[in-house]
Amino acid sequence: MPAFFEKKQLVTPGELLAEGDYLPGENTYVENGKIYASRIGLVDADNKKVNVVALRAFYVPKTGDIVIGTVVEVGFNGWTVNIEAPYTALLRASDVLSRPFKPQNDELSAVLNAGDLIVAKIASYDRAHDPQLTVGEPGLGKITRGQILRVTPTKIPRIIGRKGSMISMIKQETNCQIILGLNGVILVTGKTPEEEEIAIMAIRKIEEESHTSGLTDRITQLLKEKKPAKLEENKIE
Amino acid sequence: MNEKPDKLIDKKGIRGDGRKADELRPLKLQVGVLSNADGSAYIEHGKNKILAAAFGPREMHPKHLAQPDKMVLRCRYHMAPFSVQERKSPAPSRREVELSKVIKESLEPALFLELYPRTGVDVFVEVLQADGGTRCASITAAALAIADAGVPMKDLVVACAAGKVDDTVVLDLYDAEDKLGSADVPVAYMPNLNAVTLLQMDGILTPDEFEKAVNMAMDGCKKIYAMQKEALKTKYMVVKEVEE
Repeated sequence: MPAFFEKKQLVTPGELLAEGDYLPGENTYVENGKIYASRIGLVDADNKKVNVVALRAFYVPKTGDIVIGTVVEVGFNGWTVNIEAPYTALLRASDVLSRPFKPQNDELSAVLNAGDLIVAKIASYDRAHDPQLTVGEPGLGKITRGQILRVTPTKIPRIIGRKGSMISMIKQETNCQIILGLNGVILVTGKTPEEEEIAIMAIRKIEEESHTSGLTDRITQLLKEKKPAKLEENKIE
Repeated sequence: MNEKPDKLIDKKGIRGDGRKADELRPLKLQVGVLSNADGSAYIEHGKNKILAAAFGPREMHPKHLAQPDKMVLRCRYHMAPFSVQERKSPAPSRREVELSKVIKESLEPALFLELYPRTGVDVFVEVLQADGGTRCASITAAALAIADAGVPMKDLVVACAAGKVDDTVVLDLYDAEDKLGSADVPVAYMPNLNAVTLLQMDGILTPDEFEKAVNMAMDGCKKIYAMQKEALKTKYMVVKEVEE
């Protein structure tokens, strides 16, 4: 039952990872009892489970996920939303309007138009059907202000940090509201554009150095460094 | 075209471009060269210069081509009008349509098609300069582009040709050998799974020569695979170095 990898080793698709007494985890597959990598990434063994943390992947919808999408089309009884996944999602008009939807009375494009950005939750998704979205919960719905940035979806857990430590720190230090779409789209809303800039800078740094150790400390430092400069600017004004 | 030389291989066993019978042409691979594609790769295989770009998985357009139970892989192999000595019409020729199909079929076994039903992955291969063996170089580059796009793969696919020139079995034919030699055997191969995904033969070989050619091509594939893997890692190595 040998393993053929070192911790945090960079592997390419098809590389043999382990044989025998191991379980295949994320981004791996089994063929003839051997575990191979299926994406480029870093290997990580969790007990007997071999995972590959992908460096490049796309978002696959999952029920319950919060995502940020762009409305691409206004249909007869709903909207088509691009959620940067292999499938486009559907948002039903009856879900957005709190009253029963009547096509003859309601003009859908007045509620959400093509190009609008929305925060939504995936209500249902399976292999046979495109994902259905819902905005019927607090915090969901049309985005009216803030800045959008995109990261590789696999980096989102790192931005959240252990028990949300990383993201809550950024929120606290920059006074920004940050919504992480699990599809790799992030919304940053601050009181001033400068604050948003700092938050974005921190997130970009996490994205670039996502698999390095001691990152939280460096981010704290970055935020501290940028903060006084900004406050002084305000004083001059 | 030039006159046919008397010999493509001299008495010492050295070929027209200075290589030995079992030697590959110099190879250069680069991953992530195009920013608008989800994944991309560039290969210089001897005088061949080929770009490959991969998109997806994404919704299929036109929609009726989508398969309800699996992902669809589409490939387009295209030669730029300036890729050969005599201007090639940019319209897809019979040969390009065939090679598109051949490339598609040699890459399909490496993908988990059942994972993302109703979607499609598009691969565009653009030959900028051709000098024999473009289908093999295209497959090598296309596999890299797909891996770079983050599409799960069973294995990378590598391709290499062997053939017969002046009664000798040689590896990795270039244009003149391809045209004037007596046989060409392109092989695409998944090195970790030890599976051949493409095997063609153009010309005449004895069973012994055929076996020798296939084995030679597979050895060539293994050498290219090492470089292919390295190229893919290089793109992400930059990130990893920060750690140290």
